[in-house]
Amino acid sequence: MSLPEGVERRAFDGTERFATRGEPVYGEPTDGPWRAWNPHRSKLGAMLELGLDTGLVGGETTLYLGAAAGTTVSHVADFAGPTYAVEFAARPMRDLLDAAESRPRLYPLLADARSPEEYAHVVEPVDVVVQDVATRGQAAVATTNARFLREDGRLLVAIKARSEDVTRDPEGIFEDALAELRAAYEVLETERLAPYHDDHLGVVARPVDGR
Amino acid sequence: MSDHEGWFAGLDPDDRVGAVERVRAGGTGTPAEWPDLAVASGFAADADEYYEKLHEATTTAAREQVRERERADDQQLKHGIRAMDDARRTANELAERVAEWAGSRDDDAGTGVAYARELAESTPPGDGGDAGNSGGDADDPGERLRALAARTAALADEADELERFVETAAHDVAPNLAAMAGPVLAARLISLAGGLEALAKMPSSTVQVLGAEEALFAHLRGSAPSPKHGVIFTHEYVRGTPEDERGSAARALAGKLTIAARVDRYSGERRPELDAELDERIRTIRTRGDGS
Repeated sequence: MSLPEGVERRAFDGTERFATRGEPVYGEPTDGPWRAWNPHRSKLGAMLELGLDTGLVGGETTLYLGAAAGTTVSHVADFAGPTYAVEFAARPMRDLLDAAESRPRLYPLLADARSPEEYAHVVEPVDVVVQDVATRGQAAVATTNARFLREDGRLLVAIKARSEDVTRDPEGIFEDALAELRAAYEVLETERLAPYHDDHLGVVARPVDGR
Repeated sequence: MSDHEGWFAGLDPDDRVGAVERVRAGGTGTPAEWPDLAVASGFAADADEYYEKLHEATTTAAREQVRERERADDQQLKHGIRAMDDARRTANELAERVAEWAGSRDDDAGTGVAYARELAESTPPGDGGDAGNSGGDADDPGERLRALAARTAALADEADELERFVETAAHDVAPNLAAMAGPVLAARLISLAGGLEALAKMPSSTVQVLGAEEALFAHLRGSAPSPKHGVIFTHEYVRGTPEDERGSAARALAGKLTIAARVDRYSGERRPELDAELDERIRTIRTRGDGS
């Protein structure tokens, strides 16, 4: 798997880690203009670390759903093109706004990822949708946002079993979620995000017609 | 703004306040090549200028919304959840009335809010023999029934809207509690306690039985066993735990919920490790319950 342009492996305190160039956001170690990308705090970082074929090359127009305080989306904005960051809760949005200050192509949107009509008048068609939302119905969020993806675009989603049902076996939850995703996507690759994130499934998918 | 227009449509290129309002207002459900359209319509000279304007409008809008939402307080949340419960209960009661009434007129009448909605959307039977426009006839029992069904459906919709409001507000008012309990249960606890501060000051043994006051006072009078849980019973960690370990699960959950409420009241920082600690504790309790 090749890394997207703008993401490099660099040594921080003797350990090789992924890094992007930008203002630090969450107290991560830096090396000149580079800042380390912590896969333990970022599902997308874990997907890259585990070698999933994300199809990212750098410079993509991106819609990020569940941006939270901007830990991951700030790295995305460092190497991607225009990056739309949707977050539902006000408190983390305050930190996301700080991250957006030094990133002119990062657009924070305080909106509910379950309701695209709250932001479709702002968000253009994108090459990549990255999704990390911790609500029930994660697959439904992905399918309703399929409308934003260009034909050859990619969905990169981390499905959190605990958000769907804390008691059910994660394997069954993932199967159901994948089945639901297939209404709008072709699933290309899946991988558990352990040891970085417990009970999370990383999924790479591309939109199918008739979404 | 019409259905298929971008946030900049019809805006003066220098109208910054208008731009922020448009970003906040929402609109079309369909994305389009907004940068190209904005340049074509003269809103921006080129894509670079468009993205500059977009950055300013989105960050300003988000900052305004954050400021407003953070003013959202626990009292509004309390009223929201109470109104939601009232609206839902009343909608269900009215749906029962509609079903009973409809059953007297139609053997195939259904039940519940779904049936009320179906009935409200149905067109009045056009038998033509009646006094012309039977649809608007206030004395026609069928019309009264349909109108009642329509109100029932509308009330159920309002309950859904209120739930949406509660979900948003709970995350703003008490992010840790909402994450751990789910927004609706978080709102119920705040509502039962009378506010976030009151909840934060409660011992966890009180939080454990909030909503079970009747059972608690029966117990204190000496006529009943102590209640194991109140409204937190709706949490999967209590309900999904085998009965003989449920008291332990309820106590563990109440303990962590109390801590979450205190963090929310006095610090406001999100502390995801609280959830992990609770998960671990419940896992232990449940394995113990399996007899292993």
